[in-house]
Amino acid sequence: MPGKLKVKIVAGRHLPVMDRASDLTDAFVEVKFGNTTFKTDVYLKSLNPQWNSEWFKFEVDDEDLQDEPLQITVLDHDTYSANDAIGKVYIDIDPLLYSEAATVISGWFPIYDTIHGIRGEINVVVKVDLFNDLNRFRQSSCGVKFFCTTSIPKCYRAVIIHGFVEELVVNEDPEYQWIDRIRTPRASNEARQRLISLMSGELQRKIGLKVLEMRGNAVVGYLQCFDLEGESGLVVRAIGTACTLDKLSSPAAFLPACNSPSKEMKEIPFNEDPNPNTHSSGPSTPLKNQTYSFSPSKSYSRQSSSSDTDLSLTPKTGMGSGSAGKEGGPFKALLRQQTQSALEQRGGSPHRFCRRREFPFFTLTAFPPGFLVHVGGVVSARSVKLLDRIHNPAFVGIMGNTRSYKLLDWNSFNSDEPETRDAWWAEIRQEIKSHAKALGCHAVVGYSESTSICEEVCILSASGTAAVLNPRFLQDGTVEGCLEQRLEENLPTRCGFCHIPYDELNMPFPAHLTYCYNCRKQKVPDVLFTTIDLPTDATVIGKGCLIQARLCRLKKKAQAEANATAISNLLPFMEYEVHTQLMNKLKLKGMNALFGLRIQITVGENMLMGLASATGVYLAALPTPGGIQIAGKTPNDGSYEQHISHMQKKINDTIAKNKELYEINPPEISEEIIGSPIPEPRQRSRLLRSQSESSDEVTELDLSHGKKDAFVLEIDDTDAMEDVHSLLTDVPPPSGFYSCNTEIMPGINNWTSEIQMFTSVRVIRLSSLNLTNQALNKNFNDLCENLLKSLYFKLRSMIPCCLCHVNFTVSLPEDELIQVTVTAVAITFDKNQALQTTKTHVEKSLQRASTDNEELLQFPLELCSDSLPSHPLPPAKEHLESASSNSGIPAAQRAVTVEKASPVGDGNFRNRSAPPCANSTVGVVKMTPLSFIPGAKITKYLGIINMFFIRETTSLREEGGVSGFLHAFIAEVFAMVRAHVAALGGNAVVSYIMKQCVFMENPNKNQAQCLINVSGDAVVFVRESDLEVVSTQQPTANCQSSCTEGEVTT
Amino acid sequence: MTSELDIFVGNTTLIDEDMYRLWLDGYLVTNAVALRVRSGILEQMGSTAAVLQSDTMDRYRTFHMLERLLHAPPKLLHQLIFQILPSRQALLIERYYAFDEAFVREVLGKKLSKGTKKDLDDISTITGITLKSCRRQFDNFKRVFKVVEEMRGSLVDNIQQHFLLSDQLARDYAAIVFFANNRFETGKKKLQYLSFGDFAFSAELMIQNWTLGAVDSQMDDMHMDLDKEFLQDLKELKLLVADKDLLDLHKSLVCTALWGKLGVFSEMKANFKNLSRGLVNVATKLTHNKDVRDLFRRAVLPKSVFSVCPLPRWLPTPGPLGPLHGHPPWLPPAPLS
Repeated sequence: MPGKLKVKIVAGRHLPVMDRASDLTDAFVEVKFGNTTFKTDVYLKSLNPQWNSEWFKFEVDDEDLQDEPLQITVLDHDTYSANDAIGKVYIDIDPLLYSEAATVISGWFPIYDTIHGIRGEINVVVKVDLFNDLNRFRQSSCGVKFFCTTSIPKCYRAVIIHGFVEELVVNEDPEYQWIDRIRTPRASNEARQRLISLMSGELQRKIGLKVLEMRGNAVVGYLQCFDLEGESGLVVRAIGTACTLDKLSSPAAFLPACNSPSKEMKEIPFNEDPNPNTHSSGPSTPLKNQTYSFSPSKSYSRQSSSSDTDLSLTPKTGMGSGSAGKEGGPFKALLRQQTQSALEQRGGSPHRFCRRREFPFFTLTAFPPGFLVHVGGVVSARSVKLLDRIHNPAFVGIMGNTRSYKLLDWNSFNSDEPETRDAWWAEIRQEIKSHAKALGCHAVVGYSESTSICEEVCILSASGTAAVLNPRFLQDGTVEGCLEQRLEENLPTRCGFCHIPYDELNMPFPAHLTYCYNCRKQKVPDVLFTTIDLPTDATVIGKGCLIQARLCRLKKKAQAEANATAISNLLPFMEYEVHTQLMNKLKLKGMNALFGLRIQITVGENMLMGLASATGVYLAALPTPGGIQIAGKTPNDGSYEQHISHMQKKINDTIAKNKELYEINPPEISEEIIGSPIPEPRQRSRLLRSQSESSDEVTELDLSHGKKDAFVLEIDDTDAMEDVHSLLTDVPPPSGFYSCNTEIMPGINNWTSEIQMFTSVRVIRLSSLNLTNQALNKNFNDLCENLLKSLYFKLRSMIPCCLCHVNFTVSLPEDELIQVTVTAVAITFDKNQALQTTKTHVEKSLQRASTDNEELLQFPLELCSDSLPSHPLPPAKEHLESASSNSGIPAAQRAVTVEKASPVGDGNFRNRSAPPCANSTVGVVKMTPLSFIPGAKITKYLGIINMFFIRETTSLREEGGVSGFLHAFIAEVFAMVRAHVAALGGNAVVSYIMKQCVFMENPNKNQAQCLINVSGDAVVFVRESDLEVVSTQQPTANCQSSCTEGEVTT
Repeated sequence: MTSELDIFVGNTTLIDEDMYRLWLDGYLVTNAVALRVRSGILEQMGSTAAVLQSDTMDRYRTFHMLERLLHAPPKLLHQLIFQILPSRQALLIERYYAFDEAFVREVLGKKLSKGTKKDLDDISTITGITLKSCRRQFDNFKRVFKVVEEMRGSLVDNIQQHFLLSDQLARDYAAIVFFANNRFETGKKKLQYLSFGDFAFSAELMIQNWTLGAVDSQMDDMHMDLDKEFLQDLKELKLLVADKDLLDLHKSLVCTALWGKLGVFSEMKANFKNLSRGLVNVATKLTHNKDVRDLFRRAVLPKSVFSVCPLPRWLPTPGPLGPLHGHPPWLPPAPLS
C-alpha cells in the first residue's frame, strides 16, 4: 500500500451548452483511478462551474500508480435520461513519482471528447504521497526517470551508461473486439485510448524494473511506439538507454562541480557487489588494427592523479567500488583492450544482466565528450513478417473457429504473443550486432527501430551507427580510461571519431582510405554516413544542409506470403537506389558526411516508398569529395555527346554553386606532407545492410561502385536521365533559410530565442491508374519539394532562420494516397553577428577552457584540447590560421550547445524577444523537437509526456473537410500537451516528437478518424539573461528562484 | 496528383497581418491569391502560385477557426487551443471589430434586425465592400448590441470589458449601439456630408448628458435610452426665444463661453437669434419618438449654407454647455427659415 493519490476538482470553464432549453449545463465530475470512482456534486446551470471539491483520496499500489492513468470525466446531469458525457481528461501521474520532478499537478486541462474535440477546460489539482518501500522484489519501478531526449539531459551528468533496454507488450485492439460492433464510436475510441495509456504505463514500469536491475536510475533516449496491427492486435514497444545520472547541483555551473551525492541517488538500490573491474580482469584481445602504441610514461601517471579529482565528482556511495578498482591500476591496460574486454564480458560471461549484455546498443545520438571513439558507419537490418494469426497458436488451437475467437477475453490468449514479437526483434538486433562487428565496432549508437504495416504484412526495421566507444561510461568508476587514452594516443579529438575502427587490410567492403586531413596520422574513409548527431567537437567547414533521397516502387497487389516475398525482393533494390541517390546528392552539395540518417521504407497496397533524410556536412578530417562525371553509352553520336557535356557542365556548375552557398572552402592542403597519400576521391559505401523475409537469409549488398576514379553516372537509358534530372531539380532553400534534420545546424551558432515548432501534413491522391515508377517518383518528389517550399514561404518572417530536426514521415493510408507528415522547428539566428560572435566564442572558450583547467586540476575535457597550446598538431594549426572564420565554428558551436552565449548574444536575445505582455492569461509553453532551447537554460526535468489521442468525426464536411478536421485535431493535441506541461509547472517541452499520425477518411460517409501519438520531456527553462542576473546574486539558491522565474517569463 | 489534405499547425499560431486583412475584407481564396501574386511576393521568395494557394487556404482556415473565439474575445484570451502572443491577440480582436466608414454610415441608426441584414447586398453594391465583410461588420454591431443592451453601467466600459476593444473603438461601438437603439435617422441626403466621426461625437455627448444614466447618477443603467422627462422639459426652452431678456442673457452667456473658441464667432454672434430660434424649435419638438429619430435631419444645416465652415470646426470643446443643463450648443443651428 505504498501510495496515496489525492485529487481535487476545482472548477470548469467554457463548458459546452448541454441543455438547449436553458443554454446552460448542469455539470458534475467523475474521478476514476483503477476501479475506484468518486463524484463531485452537480453544479447546476452554469458553463463555468465552481465545484471546489474535497480531496478525493485513492490508496493504491505504486505498481498501479505507474500503470494507470487518472481518468476525469465531465458529465452533464440529466434527471430523466442517462447523463451525457461532455469529455474526459487523462492525467499521467508518473511525473509525481520521481523524487525531484514535479510535486503537484495543478492547472487547467482541456476537456477532450473523441467526437467533438476540446469542450471547455477543467481545473484539477493532483498530489501523490509515496510511502517508502524498500521491498527489493517489488514490481514497480518508481523513481526511475525517463527522458525522450537522445543525449544526456542538460542538467545531469552521466555517471555510467549501462546500455540497451527494451520491452514490448501486446494486447488485442479494442477496435477489433466483438463489442465494437454494438458500442458507440466514442466508447470504442475511449476504450482504445485507455488501453494504450495502460499499456504504455505498464511498459514504462517494466523497463524501469530492468533499469533498476542494471543499477541505473534513468532511461535516456526513451522511444515508445505503437504498432496497430489490426486484427492481430496492438503492440506497444519501447527501447531506451539505461543510465545512472547524477544531477548537477548548480544548473548555472558550466562543468560538473558536484562533490556530494545528490538526493535521488540515495533512492536507487545501489550495487553493493558490482562486477569486479571488468576492464582489468577481462581477457585481453587486442584488435588487429592496432595502429598506435603507447608506453606508460610520466605524464601518464601525472594524469592519473588528476583523475582522482574527477572521480570525486561521482557520488561516493554509488561509486565506492569503482574507486577501489581504480587503485588496482587498471589503466595499465590498453584502451582497445579495455573496450574489447568490456564487450567480451558483456556478450560472454553468464551474467545476470545477460539481457542487456546481449545488445550493446545505445539510443543516444549525442554523447558526453570522449564517449565516442570511432564511428564505423551505418548499419541497418530489415525483415518482412506476416502478421498472421498462426503466430498465435494458442488461440487458434483453442478456438478453431476464426470468428468466435473474439468472444474470448483478450488477456487470456494473447499471453504468448509478446514472445513472437520479441523473437522478431531479437533476430533483427542480432543482425545489427553482427553488422557492427563486421565493421570492427563493438557497439551501435543512434539506434532506432521502426515498423511499417499494411494489412497483414509488416516490415520491421532497425538502424544505427556502428561505433567504438570509450569504456569510461560503460563501467563503474573507470573514469580515467578516457583520460589515458587521449593523452597516450595524443589524439586530436576533433577528428578522432572519423578514424576507421576496422582493419585496413581486412575491410568488410571495398573502400578507399586516406590519411586523416586533420591529424595526418590515422586513416579515414572518404565518405561517412551516420545516424547520430554531429559530435560537438567535430570540425566542420561551412554549413550543412538537409539531403533527402526519395523513391517509389510499384508492387503488384498480392496476398499474404506472395506479398511478403514480393516486398522482400524489392527491398534490396530500394535500399540500393536510396543509397545511390543520397551519395549523388551529397556529392552535388560538395560535402562528405551525412549525420542523422534516417531511412524509412513504407509499405502500401500497391507500392513501396523509401524516404531517406540526413544532414550533409563537410568534415574537415575527410577528403574533398570528387565530382560527378557523366558517361554516355553511345559516344559516337555527336549531338548526344553535346548533350552529355551540357549535363556535365550543369552538374559542375551546381556543385560550384552549392560550395559557395554552403560556404565550403576547405583550406588548401599542401601535398608535400610526408606520408600522406594524394587524396583520391572515391566513392565508397559505408552501409551494411540486409533484408530477409524471415531473417534466415542474409543478403549483404555491396553498394560500392568499385574502384572508379570518380563517381561516374552512366546515362544509358531514359531512367538514368531522369535520375540525373531529378538530381538537378532539387531547389536549394531560398536565401536566408537553412535546413537540417539534426539537432543543430553545423556552422550556425548565434541562435536567437525565437523558435517555432510546427507540424505540417499533406496527403495527395495519385490520379492516373496506370502509374509508372517514374511518374510515381516524380509525384513523390514534387510532394516533398513543394512541402518544403511551402514551409519556407510560411516561415519567411523568421528569416534568417534554420529549420532544425526536420522529420519527414511517409505513410500510405490507401491505394492512391500518399501522406507526408513533417515536424520541425524553425529557429531564427542573427546573421550580422555571426562573425563577431564566432570570435567571441573562440576567445571565451579559450578563456573558459584554461580557467576550467586550473579549477578542476587539469581535467581535460574535449573543450580544452583545441585551445591548449601543446595539443594542436600542425594541420590543425593551419586550419586556425588559414581559415579563421571556419576554425572558430566548432568552438562556437559547442558554446551554443552548452548554452553559454556571449554577452553579445544575450543582448540580442533581449532585443529579439517580444516584450512580455502583462495581460496574458495563458502562459506560453514552448515546444521543440530539440533537446535544448536556444538562449535558455533548462533547470529542471519534470517528467516524460507521452500522450495518445483519437479523434473521430461523422460530420467531416461541417468541420471543414479533411484539412479542417486534421488541422483542428493537431492544434488540440498541441493544446493538451501544453496544458499538461503547464500543470506540471513547466514552460517547455523538449525532444518533442509526433511518433504517429494515422489518418483515415471516408468522404462518402462524411467520416474521418485520426490517431496521434506524441511524446517529449516537460522541462522548466530560464532565459540565459535572467539566469546570469540570478546566479551572480544568489549562486546557491538560483535553482529555486530561477524555476519560479521560468514559469513567469516569456 | 491533387492535394487532398494540406495543413500547417504551429505551436505558436502565426498571424500574417496582410492575410488577415484580406480575409476580413472578405476576399475569396482565389482573389486573395491573385492579389498576393500581384504584390510580387512570389519573386521575392522564389515561390510558386501553388505554394501561395496552399498558404492562403491554410491561413484562411486558421482565421475561420479563430472566428468562433473572436465572437467572445475574452475566450480568445483564455482558450488553450491556439497559442497566440498577447500582442497578436489584441491585433486580432481590434482588426476583427474594426469597421469601414462607408459601411457604418449606411447602417448607422438602423435597426440591427434581419430586415437590415437582407439589405446588406445593396449596401455591398453601393459601398463596394464585399458582402462577406458587410456581414461580419453587421454581425459585430449586432453582437455588441445584444451583449450590452441590458447591462448596467457605462456603455463604453461594458463594451471594453466584454470585447476587449481599444478605447477609441469601444467609444465608436458605444455610438453605434446608441444610434441603433434610438434609431436616429442618419441616411437622409441632407446628412450625407456628416461623417461617422461627427455622429459618434454627438452620440458621446448625448450619452453623457441626455440619457437616464446621465441625469440621475443613482440610476446607473440605461445609458442607451434618452431621458423622456428631460425631453419633455425641453419644451420650456421656448422662453429663450420668446423672452427678450432671456434671449440676451442666453446670448451673452453663450458668447462668453465660446469666446475665442470658435472660428466663426462673429457670424455666430451676429446670427445668434436665428440660430437660437432654430435650436429651440428642434428642442421643443422632441416629445415624439418620430421626432427624436428625426433629430439630426432637423438640427443640421444643409451643407450649402455653412459651406465655409464644415461642421467639425464648429464644434467647441464640450466643456461649457451653456446656461441650461443639457442644452446642446454644439448642435449646428437649425436652418434659417
